[in-house]
Amino acid sequence: MIKGKVWKFGDDVNTDVIYPGKYLSITADPVEMAKHSFETVHPNFIKEAKPGDIVVGGKFFGCGSSREQAVTCLKHFGIKAIIAESFARIYYRNAINLGLPILVCKGISSKVNQGDIVDIEFETGKIKNTTTGEELQATPLPAFIMEIINTGGLIPYLRQTAKK
Amino acid sequence: MTLAEKILARAGGKKIVAPGEIVTAKVDVAMSHENADVVLKAFREIGLKKVWASEKIVILFDHRIPAESERTAATHKRVREFVAEQGITHFYDMKLGICHQVLPEKGHSIPGQLLVGTDSHTTTHGAFGTFAAGIGGTEMAGVWATGEIWLRVPETIKIIVSGKFKKNVSAKDLILYIIGELGCDGADYKSVEFCGPTMDDMTIAGRMVLSNLSMEMGAKVAFCPVDKKTIEYVSSRNTNKSGTPTPLWRRIEIIKPDADASYEKVLEFDVSELEPQVACPHAVDNVKPVKEVKGLKIHQALLGSCTNGRLEDLASAAEILENKKVAESVRMLVIPASREIYLEAMKAGYLETFIKAGALILNPGCGPCLGGHQGLLAAGEVCISTTNRNFQARMGSPESFIYLASPATVAASAIKGEIAEAHE
Repeated sequence: MIKGKVWKFGDDVNTDVIYPGKYLSITADPVEMAKHSFETVHPNFIKEAKPGDIVVGGKFFGCGSSREQAVTCLKHFGIKAIIAESFARIYYRNAINLGLPILVCKGISSKVNQGDIVDIEFETGKIKNTTTGEELQATPLPAFIMEIINTGGLIPYLRQTAKK
Repeated sequence: MTLAEKILARAGGKKIVAPGEIVTAKVDVAMSHENADVVLKAFREIGLKKVWASEKIVILFDHRIPAESERTAATHKRVREFVAEQGITHFYDMKLGICHQVLPEKGHSIPGQLLVGTDSHTTTHGAFGTFAAGIGGTEMAGVWATGEIWLRVPETIKIIVSGKFKKNVSAKDLILYIIGELGCDGADYKSVEFCGPTMDDMTIAGRMVLSNLSMEMGAKVAFCPVDKKTIEYVSSRNTNKSGTPTPLWRRIEIIKPDADASYEKVLEFDVSELEPQVACPHAVDNVKPVKEVKGLKIHQALLGSCTNGRLEDLASAAEILENKKVAESVRMLVIPASREIYLEAMKAGYLETFIKAGALILNPGCGPCLGGHQGLLAAGEVCISTTNRNFQARMGSPESFIYLASPATVAASAIKGEIAEAHE
């Protein structure tokens, strides 16, 4: 179970907005990447968001560049999960591969507000907005994807498989 | 089966696949640029000594060349060391240009093959009938380790294009128009197949524009027809000077979707009456005819990128700029997509035309497109650009504005100092 405060964004949030291109030369320091999350367009995020928070997006979250820093920065900021109406495919895969829980939930935009507290049962996709009491159903992930995320991402997963 | 289904069936070792199915596919080409640094770090964490196939990995630098910072210089250095250690056969350093132009030039983009690249615009290679999709760095580390990747078989949208373009209207205007119609997620997770009489007439360079920008409507892969033109191009790139096949040579053959292939949607576009289009800030699907925004003052005009830095793009702009001057208030940047194009443009006299007109010629590479260096924008500035993204803060200040258009529109606008139609 993941419980956290919602940071809400709109539709079509692109990876340039999540992680600006000028910081792409940072390739190896996730702590530094985290400091630039949403920096140019939503500067209050880094100031006010807290580790343990949850990011909620509208449709097509994470569109644009394949840069996985746009997932790494949020993961190392301490964001516990990302939920959106839909995702751009590369962003979705990057989150899985980096072990950051990610769920598609139709209707989430209209059912949660900035600052609401939500409970997420990742395995079943059940989401409860504890602020309003409303319940939502996200699409649960296939078993093999759950396994990658639960192992901590593709690298630990491959390390484990290599050992077997 | 559609093209995507056929290729994934082959790469996944299956007779037949259907949309929605997950296949574990064998990768033919694995491409990375500067972010090979992210990949190699993840690869080392897996704990393997050697990559799965050093001859199937292609690495080059294009995003920040020459190094704009000490940090990037260190990135380049680490990647070079990794390349030497692993004996990566196809490494082009920063010498040749942008990955999506260089890979076809060097014979890596082959019909029917599976190519993955750590760059979203990897869809470009679909212009050659390659199943080419973008992935992230960690996922690429998995490919380097195993040579395999899981992929969901995508539904396919068929786009039939007919009609003849008007003068100074090109593939860029068509794809911007389509993105405007379908929306930025109109093809999310989908395969796109372009076909129809206009496609048969279209040059390889034009087809690459369509496949490249299909990413901006979310496409996973975007195919152009594989025909005689494709085979001629690809074959000519797969022999060395003596005419013998390079190590990359494989059987190159025409691959077509089956006549009874099943499509999620079939869309038709007639380009006969199409006018020059522009994508307005801050979204690629915010598309309008150029005439609706003409007169808007610009500060920078950018000609280049993996979208529109090819010879015919430079030719189209040079024709308009011949014996003309870029407006005093505008800085125009010209970035050929590759060294080969740079040389050809030099021989054809285009570079001289640009220099005489007052433009700056920059080295082949991504230039300022992704906001790393070489021509960023200050608050309040407007850039008209042949690149592929106009997101807020993409090319500098969050208070700057990027308009995406064709090479002809960019050239005409540079002369007027404001957004202008090429035929004016």
